[in-house]
This record gives sequence, C-alpha cells and structure tokens, in this order.
Amino acid sequence: MDFSLSEQQSFLQSTVKDFLDADAPLSRVRELAADGTTLDSNISDGLTGLGVPGVLIPEEYGGVGLTCLDAALVAECLGGAVTPYSFIGPCAMVVQALLCSPDEDLKNTWLPKIANGEESVAVAVADHTGKRDSHGITCDDARLNGQTMFALDVEGAGHVLVADTSKQLFLANLDDVEVIPLKSIDRTRSLAELKFDNVSATNLATSPNDLSKVIALGRVLLAADTLGAGQTMLNKAVEYAGERKQFNRVIGSFQAVKHLCAEMAADLEPCRSMVWYAAHSIHAIPEEAILMTNHAKAHLGETGRTIARKATEVHGGMGFTDLLGLHFWFKRIELNRQLLGTPSHIRAEIAHQQEWVTK
Amino acid sequence: MDLAYDEHYVHYRTELREFLETHKHLSPGPFEGRNSKKASEWQQLLISHGYAARTIPSEYGGYGAEPDPLINHIIAEEFAKAGVRVGHSGDNRLVPTVLDLGTEEQKQWLVPPSIRGEMSWCQGYSEPGSGSDLASLSTRAHVDGDDFVINGHKIWTSGAQHADMMFCLVRTEPDAPKHQGISYLVFSMDTPGIDVRPLTTMTGEQTFNEVFFTDVRVPKGQIIGRRGEGWFVANNTLKHERAGLGDPNQAENRLREIVHLMQEETVDGERLIDDDTLRDRLVQLQGRMLAMKFNGMRVLTSQSKGEEPGLPRWIIKLQGCELNHQMAGLAIDALGELGTLYDRSPHIRARGSWQQRFMMDLGLIIGGGTAQIQKNMIGERALGLPKEPKVSEHGS
Repeated sequence: MDFSLSEQQSFLQSTVKDFLDADAPLSRVRELAADGTTLDSNISDGLTGLGVPGVLIPEEYGGVGLTCLDAALVAECLGGAVTPYSFIGPCAMVVQALLCSPDEDLKNTWLPKIANGEESVAVAVADHTGKRDSHGITCDDARLNGQTMFALDVEGAGHVLVADTSKQLFLANLDDVEVIPLKSIDRTRSLAELKFDNVSATNLATSPNDLSKVIALGRVLLAADTLGAGQTMLNKAVEYAGERKQFNRVIGSFQAVKHLCAEMAADLEPCRSMVWYAAHSIHAIPEEAILMTNHAKAHLGETGRTIARKATEVHGGMGFTDLLGLHFWFKRIELNRQLLGTPSHIRAEIAHQQEWVTK
Repeated sequence: MDLAYDEHYVHYRTELREFLETHKHLSPGPFEGRNSKKASEWQQLLISHGYAARTIPSEYGGYGAEPDPLINHIIAEEFAKAGVRVGHSGDNRLVPTVLDLGTEEQKQWLVPPSIRGEMSWCQGYSEPGSGSDLASLSTRAHVDGDDFVINGHKIWTSGAQHADMMFCLVRTEPDAPKHQGISYLVFSMDTPGIDVRPLTTMTGEQTFNEVFFTDVRVPKGQIIGRRGEGWFVANNTLKHERAGLGDPNQAENRLREIVHLMQEETVDGERLIDDDTLRDRLVQLQGRMLAMKFNGMRVLTSQSKGEEPGLPRWIIKLQGCELNHQMAGLAIDALGELGTLYDRSPHIRARGSWQQRFMMDLGLIIGGGTAQIQKNMIGERALGLPKEPKVSEHGS
C-alpha cells in the first residue's frame, strides 16, 4: 500500500512548475489577457518540449504514455500558474476519445500530431453536462446540424470533438463550423458557441459509455486545475499575512486572519488526496472511476470557491484590486466550477450512480 | 501510487481473518468490562497473537513487535468488519508515556496490569481556570517528608468515577515560569482525600467528572520524569491522545447509516432520499468524507515509511469531528420532529442516538484541543504564521 507520488511524478510536477514559473509568469498571463488571446507559442512550445501534450498518449503513437494521475499533476501545475494553455480538451479528453475509438487509422492520424503539438482539437460536449442556451447537435448521414454552447479550448484548434444528442462522438473541421467566441470572466480559457450547418464529420464509432469516460477525465482534470489554483491562492494569502503589518503586528498573528488561513489549508489538503485517488482510479480501479471523478469535481468546485473567497479576503482591499492579479485565480476557479457540470448537477448524477434514487 | 498491499500483508490479513473466524465466539460483548474474566482472557489471547499490545515490549507483558502502521490498520479494519471487540494497549495515553519516560520500576509497576485490563486510567489535566491555557494550571503539590501533598481541583475528567488510577499534572514549583513548574504524578483513585463528583453533560450522560483533592498524599517515587518537567511529559501524552480523534472510518460508517435511514424513512409518504435537498446534502457530505478517507491513506503511507505526515495529519481532528457533527445534523434534519425524540420516547428512532452523537460531537470539537486551538496549531506549525504576541502576565 503506497498512496503517494513516485519520484518520477514529483519530478514531472516540479519540472512543469519550474518552466511555468520562469516562462509563464503572471506578467505574461496579464499581457495575453489584455490582448484577448490564450495562445502563446513560447508557452506551448516549452510544454511540448516537456512532453505535456503527449502525457496520456501511448508511446506507440508518439506520446509519453503516462497515467491520468500524471495528467492531473500537470493540470494542477497549469491551474497553479493560471496558464492559458489548451490541455484538458485536446491533450486529455480528445486523446481519451480517440483511444476509445476502434478506428486505428484515426489514432494514427491524430495522436502523433497532438503529442508533438502540431494539432490542437477543441471539445464540445457541454450538452451532456447541463444544456443551456443550446439546441444540440444531430447527425444525419455523417452530416452534423445544430448549435451547441461552451465548446472548450477552441482558440488555436483546427478541429473539434463534438457529441451529438445520441452521445456519439465526431471530429469536425472548425473551418466548416461557425465559431462565435464567448467571453467568460476567465480570460485564460477560450470558450465558444458552435453552429453546424450540414457539416461533414468523422464518426469515432464510440459508445455512449465512452462519452462518460471522456467527461470523467475532463472533470477530474478541472478538479486538479482548481486544486493548483486554490493552493496558489492559499500560498499567496499566507505570504501576504506574514508580511502585511497593521497595529504594529503582521496581520497573520491575528487569529481572525490566521484562522482563515488554517481553514483554507484544512479544506484544501484533503482535496489533494481526493484528486490523486480519483485520477488514479481511472487506470487502476475503473469500476470506481466515474463515481470518484464526479466527487472530485463537485467537492473541488465547492472547496475552490471557499478558498478563492477567503484568500481574497485575507488580502483585504489589495485582493479586490487588479494590482496583485489575485483575481486571475479567483476567476479560473469560478469557471472550473461551472464547466462540464456544476457541483449540484454532478451530485445528482452521483446519487443516481449509487442507485439511491428510484424515480 | 499502488493501493495493493505487499504479499506478507495480504498473508497477515488472511491469517487474521482465520483467527477471527475461529475465535470470535470468545469475544466479550459490548457491555462487558475490561476486568471481567471473559474480557481478560480475550485480551490475553489477542496479545499472544500480536493483535493487542502489539508493540509493547514483551518484558512488560506486550507482544514485542516492531511498530508497523499498516499492520495496525489491517488489525483495526478486520476487527471492525468482524464486529469483534478490539484489544487494547492498556491506555493509549499513559502507557506510551511511561514506556518513553518512566523508570524501569515504574514500567514494571504500571504497564503489565494496564495491558491486562486490571488497571484503568483517567487523565487529570484540565482545571476550571485552565482549559486551552493548560499550562496555567493551579492544582499544587508541596513536598512533605517522602510525599507530595496535592490540593486543588480538576475538571472534565473522563471516566474518573470508574478509573483505578489517575495521571495528573500538578504545580510543584510555584515560583518557576508556568511551563517549568509542573510535575506529572500517577496515583490510585482510592488515595484518601480524593473526591469525585460526576458532571452531567448536555447529552444527559455522566461521562465527565470534577475531581477535588484535599491533602492527597502521593509518594515521591510516583512522579514520571523529573520535577518541573511535567509539561514535556504531558505533551508526550497529548500526542498519543489526539491521534484518535476524527477517525475517517467512523465517518464512513456513519454515512452508510444515514443512507440506510434515508432509504427507509418517509415524509408525506415519500422516501427521504427522494427529497432533492436532503439528498444533495448527503452527497456533499459523502464527498467530504471521501476526501478525509483518502487523506487518511496518505497519512498512513507517510507513517509506514517512517516520515512525518505534516499538514494532512494536523487537520484530522478539526475536520473529522466537524464532519461527524454535520452528518448527525443531516440525519436529524431528515427525521424532522422524529429526530428530536430522546429518552426512550415513543416513536424514537435509533434510541435517540443521532441527537446524542450531534451533541457529543460538539463536545469532541471542543475537547482534546478546541477547534480554535487546532486552527492556531495549523496556522503556526504547518503554515508558519507568527504566534500572537504574549500579553504581559502581570498586566500593565
């Protein structure tokens, strides 16, 4: 029994973190946000050099063939640095969908290009995690029609992985699709509305169950991203509380402030174990995977919000202004909470999965 | 990350299961005291197989194995699954303290009968004026001939009305700084001058006591550690006590009970679990419970590697007790008015145990270091935030 990270995993995490600290600091994130883009070739080339896009792709398709736990560690780093980088969509959910597909040619075509950073693929599955302002996508004779909301990682993508109303998965060329960018509070992720008018698409020939797996992986990685973002907010709050002085004392010596920090740490630390377990379960304990990834997403959604609020409060007025940029983490956590199923939506799914509900 | 146990642990578990299957008819019932014939024979049987007093050296009546957190975990799990009385190690606060810091003579005197269940213990720490600020305690002991003579008043003393012995903090050096004037004494509860008065708690039970000392004479040799070093000795004991509060296994069992309750009970003819709001709270608590369960696995892994678990360990008491309290609160809300029935009322559910637990958990949130003290420790020791500046003891 060993519930801990391996040396390689700790190394992977510190390597990605060191790169992001050096090459994707907050100042760079600010510039990109001001320019209204999530694309930075220096960041994406660097992460490709570290093998990040191929983390889940088997070696035979040009990837590094690691596990979902490794992917979660990467997502945690990206959340920790609020990095604008399309990871969860193309490098995880799309990879998972392709690996579920029986079509070997598709894998050979796409996986090596994703692994070497040549291709990015957006993901449009939000109709299956709580449909809002969306009519859904239908498929007739390998042609897609309709409209869908909250496609993820759209900027920079050439294609999109899209689920139709019958839970089939398709790859469509974004040149054939009308893309209407959506602006959320979080400028580090690109979202869009997509309109399909008789668009020809490749059917991955996956089962509805495979769509659940794709969503489960997306959910646990969003949870990991929130874990990283929450940890950074906590670290910043502790650091600020240890420096800022009022009444001739550092404010962290006041219990009112110290206890906020302690509560954040006490709430966040078990989340780390939960993300590890849920991500690990995808490969190692598949019968528990859907339940545990759902719990991780819902629980991190709740805990993330509490931490984002308390960490901002510890910073006082400085937390509310743009000066420290704390709001980048706050907003990333808030978007993560709603993406791919809100906490209450997912908890309703959890109750059904355990057959607690009969009606 | 590998959640499978090594082969020798799997083998150990199999043997333990076989043992429990063969011997469980010998296990004493829940209301049988530690000192009964059946209980002492059961304890002796467990010790001889290494299922109780496992790491206590054999010269003091234990099994004498090297510590192994995974083995402890397996033993606890399998006994719980089999519904069989677990063995004990005498007293999980006093015995480790005596083994760490007592003299050879004290070890021989105190450890073997404690392990056999013939010597039970209560803890004389808190006083009416010294709760969270324990080191300010004022029960004093002066030396008279070969004895310490104790005068003072302890409170919140769990089990004092049944215990054979007390380990107790007293002020022996009134002129020393508060942490350096305390000594740690052990004595029989039959010593003349001790008056135990049970305290009724909000649950209606008498689990605590006040203990009054009037010229209680304790031989000088019954001190653990040296005079004035009692605070250091007591911290050793507290370390062992806190390890037990907030156990995630308890939360997991409790959640299972609530699921069952909400599936069986109805309101307006509908099952409680079909109520969207109650069910959402239930799933939310399940998520928190799972996070604490996996946190526990992380702590166990650190301990089995001989590493200090750090933050994951520091938060267990705070989070575990709160989680249990909120679970009991959900069970009560699900039952509505029925959830308030108590004292063998008609229509009572689960013998009123949800209210009992809801209140008892609040006691545990306060006891063993209040939630606020826990947050100070997390803030200062785990996060490195500065301590509150000391207020001058003599005022300004």
